[in-house]
Amino acid sequence: MPPILEVQNLVKKFGDFTAVDGVSFDIQEGEVFSLLGPNGAGKTTTISMLSCLLEPTSGDANIGGHSITHDALEVKGIIGVVPQEIALYEELSARENLTFWGQMYGLGGNALKTRVSEVLEQIGLADRAKDKIKTYSGGMKRRVNIGVGLLHKPRLLFMDEPTVGIDPQSRRNILDSVKDLNMAGMTVLYTTHYMEEAEELSHRVGIVDQGKMIAIGTQKELTQLVGENETLRLHTGEDVDVQPLLAALQELPQVIHVSASDNMVVLIVPEADDALPPVLGKADRLGYKIRSVDIQEPNLEAVFLKLTGRALRD
Amino acid sequence: MKKIIQIGWKDLRVIFRDRAALILMLLAPFALTVGMGLVTGTLSSSGGGLSKVSVVVVNLDQSTLGNALVEVLKSPDLSQLLAVEENSDATAARAMLDADKTAAVVIIPADFTASVIPQDGQATEADIQIEVYKNPSRQISAGVVQSIIETFLSEVETGRIGGQVAVAQLIASGLVPQQQAAQVGMQIGTRLANERSNLQTLTLNTSQASVSEEPSFLMYIAPGFALLFLMYTVSLGGKTLLTERQEGTLTRLMTTPTGPSQVLVGKMVGTYMIGLAQMTILIAASALLLGLRWGDPLAMAILLLTTVAAATGWGMLLAAFSRTPGQVSSIGMAMTLLFGLVGGSFFGGTLSGVIGYIGMLTPNYWGQMGFNTLARGGNLQDLLPVYAALLVMAAILLVISVSIFHRKGLLQR
Repeated sequence: MPPILEVQNLVKKFGDFTAVDGVSFDIQEGEVFSLLGPNGAGKTTTISMLSCLLEPTSGDANIGGHSITHDALEVKGIIGVVPQEIALYEELSARENLTFWGQMYGLGGNALKTRVSEVLEQIGLADRAKDKIKTYSGGMKRRVNIGVGLLHKPRLLFMDEPTVGIDPQSRRNILDSVKDLNMAGMTVLYTTHYMEEAEELSHRVGIVDQGKMIAIGTQKELTQLVGENETLRLHTGEDVDVQPLLAALQELPQVIHVSASDNMVVLIVPEADDALPPVLGKADRLGYKIRSVDIQEPNLEAVFLKLTGRALRD
Repeated sequence: MKKIIQIGWKDLRVIFRDRAALILMLLAPFALTVGMGLVTGTLSSSGGGLSKVSVVVVNLDQSTLGNALVEVLKSPDLSQLLAVEENSDATAARAMLDADKTAAVVIIPADFTASVIPQDGQATEADIQIEVYKNPSRQISAGVVQSIIETFLSEVETGRIGGQVAVAQLIASGLVPQQQAAQVGMQIGTRLANERSNLQTLTLNTSQASVSEEPSFLMYIAPGFALLFLMYTVSLGGKTLLTERQEGTLTRLMTTPTGPSQVLVGKMVGTYMIGLAQMTILIAASALLLGLRWGDPLAMAILLLTTVAAATGWGMLLAAFSRTPGQVSSIGMAMTLLFGLVGGSFFGGTLSGVIGYIGMLTPNYWGQMGFNTLARGGNLQDLLPVYAALLVMAAILLVISVSIFHRKGLLQR
């Protein structure tokens, strides 16, 4: 079966700056494919080209048999897009928003009404359908934002970093929604700079950095690239200044790389058992209280570090 | 086409749910119109573009001619024009005028009939004197009353001279003895006073006067304010495009199978529909609540359509040149005020000279001209040059706007 998406040497330049530099990959129907990379890697630019918002400088992509450079309208008819920011009309209700966007996708009449009701049920907002979007919580708005992308039953759904800046519960809801959609047969191209999301959701991951696709594969295939390095996570609690600790831990010979993220200090080490005592000792001497420690097998964070020399969220 | 209307309709709904926008679009111009009407004393609850002229009559004569004058003033022919109140006290009547409760006070002196038709056989050389007190703040209305009284007096004088000539001829022919001349003269005079046919020219002249009567000041200022705030509205409409760009809904629109031209035309249609709705509501409200009459309905409807089209052109041009919604707001407000000034919206009339020529670049100028023409009884034919000017303006501005959007791209990346 041909891939639903085939990207061939996509390039996008803005003047002298190359945002996307010869990216190629494909997605099979029914899979969740994540584009994982730090901010500025070219993920959103890639999605923008695939959504026919930006014209590629060179290269092309084929979506469901249609070229993004020649058949933009056809492409737009089979893709759904969930943008990073909430893109809804605050003065209209959820139902009115969905109805309008459904009209823009060419739906109408009773078919549209039925589909809007279905989507409202799917996103769990049928009882708030008549309320204006501006009265919704952030999480509810996100759900409607996703719902818009589903109205016309797209063959391929683009989700561009949908969990940025939201609370953990809403993030959890979104991740669960993506899994549910995929289980129902939706093909998803998901961009993120959160390794955990890519690991949890994806069948395959494409790692991008500085406009280039530096690795593609399943998680197993990718982690095999980095050998046996393990990840240590030290949970420090909220509102703790960990900068002095980071600097101190980086000096330890047992530590390959250290970074901070979400009330945690993340260390890439060759052997967790060897690294843990000196790491905890150093933290204690500096007066840090470590609430808990996780040891993780080689993961995508380590892959990215090995391939680029930088952490995903440096 | 369907999507264009759907985009326009969506914009209309979004704007009409914005309370702040509604206040400026609808409440402000209406309130200003009412306020101006109250300040100038031209607010009238009566129908028609002409206000009924209030007049207080003090008939001290209570005899043939005095009663005849009161009957003339209260006649059905003049009932559309005059609101007549009788008062027996001249002092009280003048006080009403001083309190601006009436446009004019007519005092018919006690000896008015006797001075025209001598009762005791003695002809009088005294002048016929009816006093008309005019309200200085209602010059035009008071002038109407004066005109009616003057016409009546003219008829009376004509009748008196005719009667005198008739009596002289009767005496000369021997049909009437000298001793009975006074009595015969009185009978002739009385008959003339009682015969309405002699007063036909009075009502005819008055009717003709009412047609060429200057309409209420509100009929000029109401469209002026409506046009003023129309420019604010269309800048708001243009602003929605930049707001959507900023909030991401425009980008999302572009990811649907909707062409950029559909989106752009849809925004134009939305702006047009918002402006049209605003003007229609204001006109309907002023007609229903203030009793203003806007003239020939078809001509007025076409004037609305063409004026809003021209205004939409300016709104889209503003959006095409601006980079942010804030810019549209600032420039839009300045444009609203400037156009109102040079276009005559603040005065209810078009200006002349250099400012008038500059004003011709605005929809306000042509719209005001059109509404003023309608107020004076103009029709569709009279407005053809106005329609043409507005349509040309709309076409040029929209073409320029489209080319700018095409060059920059709707998303302006």
